[in-house]
Amino acid sequence: MTDIPAAVLEPEVAPQLTAEERWRALKTVSPGDVVYRIVLTVVALILPLLLVLIAAELVANALPAVSKFGFGFLTHSTWDPVSGEFGALPLIFGTLYSSLVALLIAVPLALACAVFLTEFAPRWLRTPVATLIELLAAVPSVIYGLWGIFVLIPLLRDHVWPVTRHLLGWLPVFSGVFYGPSVLAAGVILAIMILPYIAAVSREVLLAVPPSQREAGLALGATRWETVWRVILPYGRAGIIGAVILGLGRALGETMAVTMVIGNRHEVSASLLQPGYTIAAAIANEFAEAVSDIHLSALFFVGAVLFLITIVVNALARLLVWRVARGSAAGSTAI
Amino acid sequence: MMHGRLARRLTGSAMTGVTYGAAALAILPLAVILGMLVVKGAGSIDWNFFTKSAVPVGEMGGGFAHAIVGTLIIVGLACAVGVPVGVATGIFLAEFGGGRFRFTVRFIADVLNGVPSIVIGIFAWTWLVKPMGHFSALAGGVALGMILVPILARTTEEMVRLVPNSLREAALALGYPRWRTSLQVVVRTATAGIVTGCLVAVARVAGETAPLLFTALGNQFFSTRLKGAMAALPLQIYVYALGPYDEWHRQAWAGALVLIVLVLALSLIARAVVRAKRQLA
Repeated sequence: MTDIPAAVLEPEVAPQLTAEERWRALKTVSPGDVVYRIVLTVVALILPLLLVLIAAELVANALPAVSKFGFGFLTHSTWDPVSGEFGALPLIFGTLYSSLVALLIAVPLALACAVFLTEFAPRWLRTPVATLIELLAAVPSVIYGLWGIFVLIPLLRDHVWPVTRHLLGWLPVFSGVFYGPSVLAAGVILAIMILPYIAAVSREVLLAVPPSQREAGLALGATRWETVWRVILPYGRAGIIGAVILGLGRALGETMAVTMVIGNRHEVSASLLQPGYTIAAAIANEFAEAVSDIHLSALFFVGAVLFLITIVVNALARLLVWRVARGSAAGSTAI
Repeated sequence: MMHGRLARRLTGSAMTGVTYGAAALAILPLAVILGMLVVKGAGSIDWNFFTKSAVPVGEMGGGFAHAIVGTLIIVGLACAVGVPVGVATGIFLAEFGGGRFRFTVRFIADVLNGVPSIVIGIFAWTWLVKPMGHFSALAGGVALGMILVPILARTTEEMVRLVPNSLREAALALGYPRWRTSLQVVVRTATAGIVTGCLVAVARVAGETAPLLFTALGNQFFSTRLKGAMAALPLQIYVYALGPYDEWHRQAWAGALVLIVLVLALSLIARAVVRAKRQLA
């Protein structure tokens, strides 16, 4: 007879535990678990800390300008580093104006793209087209700027404007002489840059619309377009508005491409053909060469304004998108 | 009523056509930009472009070697700073149940992701450049690293959450403690996805210019000193594009071509990783 291990002969080696003891044993956590959890929690605290630190630094450094100019800073339009007088109205106006132009161009296009990708495109075409649109978001800002200077501006100035001047020249937003670097050029570049974000998030939102909604629309005899227009888009409205606001957030803070094509002039002008300036562009151009402490502080002040605007805009957009595509990372990935 | 039905069907067809047109119009800029980069940039790319640094104005030749090396160093620094923090935050978000704290962290990650990169640049300036008293590659790397963190946190979270719960349960049933289950089973399963997220995020920060303007500053000379100003591809393109010389413009296009090949290659590799992973599953 070969040796049989004792455990096989007597399988009942585990001590009998009551239900309560067994439950307690299950609940015990190993020391490793505690360490793991603490380490990850501490690391996760870095992000909130970063947000607070950025806000604190911006405010602290902006204080000299805040106490010197007060809130008049936001409504004055003189920006003179030599005499130390600063007003941010042209910057704030230019930031909002160029972003508005970008939205006017990008939103209809992006929504049409999202509808195309979720409803109308043949299946084999969906992934490649979606990939190409997303690659637009991967193109670095400085390359858009380079392209804007050497291709888009000459195109607008020498070919598009001479043809459309007779049609649109009477409008106040198209008044004045068009030299090239302008709010219009910045708006067009921004539109191209934010289109992929709006399209990607809208697509995510449309995909989250339950199929039953679509089927109900079609079953009632609506055409596919009517289903899209009357059922699917209204269903995803909150998320789509979120997507648009997300695009707005991108446009407001975009720096390099805008700096390179907007003309960088501290002036408020309603004409799209005139140069303008944005907050981000002013910081990019003047920060490293600020002539005085108050100049630097004024730049921190506008930086804080930009930070505040983008935080509010992004928070709003997130909440709207989350309402539809719950917890989705749509748009938070880089492409 | 036949008329009404025809009109509705025509509207439907017309609007379908409009969406086709919109998609084509959206892709057009990508095609045009890539085309221009190749047409204007390819001619200037030769051996010198990769081996020589900038030369004084007026001299012909010179290259982007200093900028390419600078970008690699700065992006490497950014990864060293940003990847561990971003990935760990992502694992935390995915692994440790609901709760208000997690919601807040995730929300802040999304909000920070929308903060303009130039603001992050200012922050890096106040924390690193100002106290040190000079511009440095280190500050540039940290600035880009700070941009990486929220992106990585969110993509890592998504990837880890994709791992089926049954795997976690199987490991726990075998008596693994939670931390080993998390690291050796769940996170390991999600590795391909996390790597993809890293590639995509790195592709994005490699093209960032704004946060480097007053941190790494740029440099016309070859430099590998972390504590000094350093050149980077996007910075060099920016300076050359705005400069008055044709020779500079020519080189800016070539630099842009190199940068976009780098960025798109990273993005496409990332996509390929995801696709290969899906086919295996």
